Amino acid sequence: MQPIIKTYVIPGDDFTHAGEASGKVKAMLKQLGYDSDAVRRIAIAMYEAEINMVIHADGGKATVEIHPDRVELTLQDSGPGIEDVELAMQEGYSTAPDEVRALGFGAGMGLPNIKKYTDDMKIESIVGTGTKIYMLVKAGKTS
Amino acid sequence: MKLSEIIEILKAQVICDSDLSLDYEIKTACGSDMMSDALAFVKDQGMLLTGLLNPQSVRTAEMLDMKCIAFVRGKIPGDEIIKLAKDRGIALLSTKYRMFTACGRLYSKGLGGGCDEE
Repeated sequence: MQPIIKTYVIPGDDFTHAGEASGKVKAMLKQLGYDSDAVRRIAIAMYEAEINMVIHADGGKATVEIHPDRVELTLQDSGPGIEDVELAMQEGYSTAPDEVRALGFGAGMGLPNIKKYTDDMKIESIVGTGTKIYMLVKAGKTS
Repeated sequence: MKLSEIIEILKAQVICDSDLSLDYEIKTACGSDMMSDALAFVKDQGMLLTGLLNPQSVRTAEMLDMKCIAFVRGKIPGDEIIKLAKDRGIALLSTKYRMFTACGRLYSKGLGGGCDEE
């Protein structure tokens, strides 16, 4: 069975609309009848990645592949890249500026939350070139 | 705990009910100004208490399937936040209590955080 593939452009420097793509994906998966717990995990993981993209990388592109048994998400940006991915994965580590904290993010929980809610996650990042995050969540339909 | 009880306990002003019934049962709550902390919480039918007054508080509730946000310290959201909440079916309340007191009042009346440690 062919997967449903959707692509979203995430605008950079637009904190007000950050999260719109994740909201659309969530609504679509719900409508397709995927299990609500899996849908919530997918939405949270994508939302965190989307916020990261807006905060750190001036936006980027998100691709969502919907399979009968899983959802795969790839978020790619052309931002500054992550110098030390292992360090960035630690809870509480953040390079976000204070103004981002004032907006409710930058607590150093984004990447750890993504890891927590996905069944597989890979980060490829090259400093000065950009970052690609791949996420997989096992998900089936309830009906 | 019913939404109507929450409104009473918090002495809250209803900013918009977003068509949510006063009998809607809220099972757990989470209080945070940091949205990633809230996003580490993934329970059904919860509510968010926050002092964060921007659209991301609504989006965070949306991702978590939360149907109610209470803004603490008497904060009143702007039109953009209210519109987003109405679109997403999320009720908005405003309480004059500070975060600690608001959470404590709800907790002492039986609304838990849904955490394993409780």
